[in-house]
Amino acid sequence: MRSIIHEVLQDVAKNQQKQLAPLADNLPLLESGLDSLCLAIVVARLEDSLGFDPFDTDDDIDLPITLGDFIKFYEDAAAARAT
Amino acid sequence: MQPPQERPDAISLWTLTEAAGSLSGRWLRGATGDVRLDALRSASSVGAPRDGLRGRSVLLSTRHQLEAALALIELDGIAKRVVLCPPDLAAHHHARIIASAEIDLIVCDEDAPAGAGTERIAVRSDRLAPLLRARETGERTEWILPTGGTTGPPKLVQHTLASLIEPIAGRTALGSGSLWSTFYDIRRYGGLQIFLRAMLGGGSIVLSSASESTASFLARAGALGVTHISGTPSHWRRALMSPPAEGFAPRYIRLSGEIADQSVLDQLRAAFPGSGIAHAFASTEAGVGFEVTDGLAGFPASFLGRHANGVEVKVEDGSLKLRSARTASRYLGNGAPALRDPGGFVDTGDMVELRAERYYFAGRRDGGVNIGGLKVLPEEIEAVINGHPKVRMCRVKARRSPITGAIVAADVVARSNGREFDADEAGLLRNEIIAHCSSRLARHKVPAVIRFVPSLELTASGKVGR
Repeated sequence: MRSIIHEVLQDVAKNQQKQLAPLADNLPLLESGLDSLCLAIVVARLEDSLGFDPFDTDDDIDLPITLGDFIKFYEDAAAARAT
Repeated sequence: MQPPQERPDAISLWTLTEAAGSLSGRWLRGATGDVRLDALRSASSVGAPRDGLRGRSVLLSTRHQLEAALALIELDGIAKRVVLCPPDLAAHHHARIIASAEIDLIVCDEDAPAGAGTERIAVRSDRLAPLLRARETGERTEWILPTGGTTGPPKLVQHTLASLIEPIAGRTALGSGSLWSTFYDIRRYGGLQIFLRAMLGGGSIVLSSASESTASFLARAGALGVTHISGTPSHWRRALMSPPAEGFAPRYIRLSGEIADQSVLDQLRAAFPGSGIAHAFASTEAGVGFEVTDGLAGFPASFLGRHANGVEVKVEDGSLKLRSARTASRYLGNGAPALRDPGGFVDTGDMVELRAERYYFAGRRDGGVNIGGLKVLPEEIEAVINGHPKVRMCRVKARRSPITGAIVAADVVARSNGREFDADEAGLLRNEIIAHCSSRLARHKVPAVIRFVPSLELTASGKVGR
């Protein structure tokens, strides 16, 4: 999951001509160099490659703040789907 | 009272067809059968006595176009009103149309619509009955074209033969002996124009069929030697994706009904170097506005104003507006909205943008999608994507996003010659298309996600589905 997300972030940054900060789990998403439009694209691309969108839920969710939160958010959603 | 119309009473579709030149050698060619026009001199496709048609309000509902064409020949000049049902008209709309158009007769083939209690008669292409006396010309028959209706009920647009043939009147370039064809169904405005050009121009017509593939239709058109043919840009992109049809070398290619962008015009020019290529602006309500023949998308700013043929063109609040004798007169039905403004102009709702002395179509006024609070017209983005040399056609739509509300998503048919892309090729082409768009569009209009698809569904009217 981590490598998939890293790859999509790098790909979107390149397409959108954004300078991506070095990827680390404690990197706040909004300081990664990607703006909200970029992040929207990242979520859509991940939905296409993973087959699910963890934001698409009726439950209250804590929006991920750091890249680590973001990855965990996807890992948890994947685990929940597997059970 | 109807306003007086500039149409001599002694004119009908049939008298004009006869007057356009010898009937011998002229045909209505359907996908499953043909009728020679000279056979109709003494025979009728509608077996009922002609007095039974006089002053009637008719719902014309047939499965095949050939029967619809034959019935129009019998009905114009004697019926009060004819509603031309397109083949995809949902059955549940019939009852409403029967009520609002005050239908008292249904002319149908084997696919008769429900409508208990309404008298009905059959139209046959395979069994003509003797025509016992000449076809009448006294009635100024209303031609009613249902339009729209993908979400709500269709609007009933009222034309007359006079308004429908006004774009053809006085044209000497129609060419007797031409063989016309159209991807459209002739029960839609775009197809009806071609049917009328064939009849009034002394020619013949090859009718399409919904159950026929693009390749088979083109093969049939090629074998019969079609000289003039029309369709939407989406129809033509499909044709360009089909194997070349032997003998298919039309003299005249016409596009209408959707935005003709530069890439489809260039591709047609390359595929048919000997053909005249024109794109027309027309709508059911506004009629034919103008034709553009310089091979470029959009239209010259000099088209604004009053043309010698009586068509007036203006742009107001970014929307194209037209006034002419070609426009429909009204929407039928109680409580229907006005079709023209008080000045007589039809607001087409098609948005145009002026760039370097030329207007370009930007999309429908009500067709925008909202991307993070900014309005985006899908057609503008589609034109840019279609300009990429490896793209055949595409559809742009909004896709829901938890972050920005919506993002731009594109389904793209690549020019891959039928080959499947592997993941690496798809990734490369995706990046190429995004770079292509990034250099030409505002950032929020650049497609966020691109999906490669083998083909795109077209609506029954030949347009990319929205």
